[in-house]
Amino acid sequence: MNNISFLTGSELPFCKGCGHATITQNTEKALQKMGIDLLDVILVTDIGCHGIVDKSFLTHTVHGLHGRSVALGGGIAAAISNPTKKVIVFVGDGGATIGMQHLIGAAHLGFDMTVVVHNNMLYGMTGGQPSEFTPCGFKTPTLPEGSNKAGYDLCELITAAGASHVQRVVGIGDYSDVLVNAFTAKGFSLVEVMEICPSYGVKSNPGMKLSKLVEDSGLIIKTFVSEKDKVYSKPVNPNPKSLISDKFEVTTKHTHNLSKPVSIMLSGSAGEGIQSAAEFLSKAAMIAGLNTTKKGSYPVTVGVGFSASEIIISPEQILYTGSPIPDVLVITSVDGLNYARAAAGKMKGGILLIDETLEAPTTGAQVIKVPFRERVGARNSAMYSIFWYLNHSNIFAMDALKDVFMGNKISEKVQIETMLKF
Amino acid sequence: MHATTESKSKAFIDGSRLITESCVRAGADVFIGYPITPANLLYLYASKRFPTMLAAPDEITTLQWMAGFATAGHVPVTATSFPGYALMVESINMAYMQELPMVIILVQRLGPATGTATCGAQGDLSVVYGTISGGFALPTLCISSIDDCWDLSAKAVETAIKLRTPVVLLTSKEMVMTLLSYDWSKLSEIKPAKVKTFDGKAPYLPYAYNDSLVPEFLSVTQKEHQVRITASTHDTKGILQNTSPEAIENTKRLQKKHEKHISDYTFFELDEQKDADTLIISYDITAQASREAVKQLRLQGKKVSFLAAKTLFPIPHEYIEIASRYSKVVIAEENLTGQLRLALFGMAGRKGVTGVNGIAKMISPIEIIEEVLRNE
Ligand SMILES: Cc1ncc(C[n+]2csc(CCOP(=O)(O)OP(=O)(O)O)c2C)c(N)n1
Ligand code: SF4
Repeated sequence: MNNISFLTGSELPFCKGCGHATITQNTEKALQKMGIDLLDVILVTDIGCHGIVDKSFLTHTVHGLHGRSVALGGGIAAAISNPTKKVIVFVGDGGATIGMQHLIGAAHLGFDMTVVVHNNMLYGMTGGQPSEFTPCGFKTPTLPEGSNKAGYDLCELITAAGASHVQRVVGIGDYSDVLVNAFTAKGFSLVEVMEICPSYGVKSNPGMKLSKLVEDSGLIIKTFVSEKDKVYSKPVNPNPKSLISDKFEVTTKHTHNLSKPVSIMLSGSAGEGIQSAAEFLSKAAMIAGLNTTKKGSYPVTVGVGFSASEIIISPEQILYTGSPIPDVLVITSVDGLNYARAAAGKMKGGILLIDETLEAPTTGAQVIKVPFRERVGARNSAMYSIFWYLNHSNIFAMDALKDVFMGNKISEKVQIETMLKF
Repeated sequence: MHATTESKSKAFIDGSRLITESCVRAGADVFIGYPITPANLLYLYASKRFPTMLAAPDEITTLQWMAGFATAGHVPVTATSFPGYALMVESINMAYMQELPMVIILVQRLGPATGTATCGAQGDLSVVYGTISGGFALPTLCISSIDDCWDLSAKAVETAIKLRTPVVLLTSKEMVMTLLSYDWSKLSEIKPAKVKTFDGKAPYLPYAYNDSLVPEFLSVTQKEHQVRITASTHDTKGILQNTSPEAIENTKRLQKKHEKHISDYTFFELDEQKDADTLIISYDITAQASREAVKQLRLQGKKVSFLAAKTLFPIPHEYIEIASRYSKVVIAEENLTGQLRLALFGMAGRKGVTGVNGIAKMISPIEIIEEVLRNE
């Protein structure tokens, strides 16, 4: 218990009789009962009538967007990960429902924070429109005939999501102990305070009693869960290693015969090693002292359909990494043929290596049919195709490609000799 | 056989690797991500490299968590593409108003909507330009080469920290995903930037400012002074106001702050050739095609100059001055209607200003050369 003022003492920014005021007062009382220091409290408020109360608090205050306060507060709680601090979020029923994912997510992760839902069963700030928590029969200025459907039970939902402590209370009188229980719970806690908005709720439903309304809507006043203590703690990477490492370096060892850039397109099927074959060719070119770039093209679902790669190999620095018309096109499957047909059509020279089972597309390139698939099977056809191409073109030393192959674990499964039969 | 030019080592890497490492070295310490192609390599590297990495359940949460971390004194980074950026827009406005440092790496891909996730594009410039309601400038840097992946990423983090603002680091699929041979032995040293914190004794006013127009920061984790952070129109105390003169002055300051410091974060590459009458302007991936076009044009004897715009917003006045020296200006960008052209010259355009545009494939040097030589 302490008697620190958590409030500025100036008039609260609510209409007369607004239930939001009782939450403010009960919050101060609860914090005093806890004996917590003023600046160990971080109050995050949503957009809505309840949200502008931040100016009345002497704690740290953070005010963001409509419906996002729970995520914002969650970020703060995750960042702090310190049980001596208290992150409290004030949100309305409007804010809770537009940002429901944030409540479920925070409960699920166990962010160390308390969410106080100011459930006045309508949108106060914008003029009394119904929310998803407006009970059946409840009237609002924009729904004078009354809501024809019930709200849903937020407390049940958040309990199911994994909160440590969840309680519903009718927001009348002193309920500071309910708040103390929530504020002192470990992990994620939520209190749903049922209240009425005098300006819109009471005016539209004259004579209605809050407790009766809550009871009639089937919302039970109780503690849904308590004393679970799932607490999120900020993940810290114990040993983040630099991404700059000589592991990624390739040292020149062999020679090449290129005097100008060559662009090569490999086109085949997903799962048949197109991307790794392209990487092997690029790395081998580097071992031979050349510059290289390697781009990949594939559908979003990488496991099916075509897979293609464009490689540029050049004795000079490569400025432009695209290759609209390849000098060399290698096609190892039907998927590859369909994808590369347009590129083949644009070629006015160069060579097109195509699996011998496929019909060559229209092209100005010299067509060479090679039994890629028959020699090594579908899985290794792309890898074999680059060995075949290098042997045929002799653009750089075959030893470079052998080095890359032998340095990779593929060499444990596939004999290099199978790659060297032409 | 050509003898090996030099027996040197080069790295075989992609741009995402350099961007991630650079951000961390520059002082970013949290990565919050939601997966999306073509930003997934950044997500992957960040999970290994950042001191803290959180997987968010969506992009609104991503930005909100980032703001939460920034409120507690961290410098967060995320990487996304247009669909995610669209969800983030309101929250970016929030962080802009709250003055929280963070970097949003926007990796462009082919739209509209989900479009083609695995195809590059430069279609989001206008969206980024219009991100902040009211026409305020959101500092935006754009990577135009593999070297920029290193240099500019660090500058994005530094700018976010120094100006207490979200910064967009714009790039695109081929820039961050293409593997290439790269000599990284000359990478410049990056020193971490530090958030300027309040160390006075006087009462702390969270949005009070001096000549720098950047308020001094205090984290909500300290207990000396009360901190008020808010995204609503506010006075220097951080208290919501309707349209009081003090509060509106504070709101206007957000634009002035970015203008005042623009020389600290104006980056461009200018390759001028004497007596050239044509200027090629480009950015992002098409800057690479433009450099190749310039090289080939000069080999053909055509005089041509080149400007790679790396700071996109606020638009540095230098761009307008440089462009005014040329009777012919060709702006090359991978979108349909010329978004940089619109940003620089407006709907009215300017005589002699044309574009090389296209979607769904990289613009080639040949297309740029043809436009430069058209009517000659
Ligand atoms: C994204 C967005 N949509 C709509 C609004 C307009 N708006 C402001 S407050 C509010 C509803 C407030 O209702 P509630 O959260 O229940 O709080 P109350 O005013 O009742 O305290 C709405 C819809 C907004 N600010 N932001
Ligand atoms: S409109 Fe309703 S919710 Fe808003 S302050 Fe007035 S009484 Fe409270």
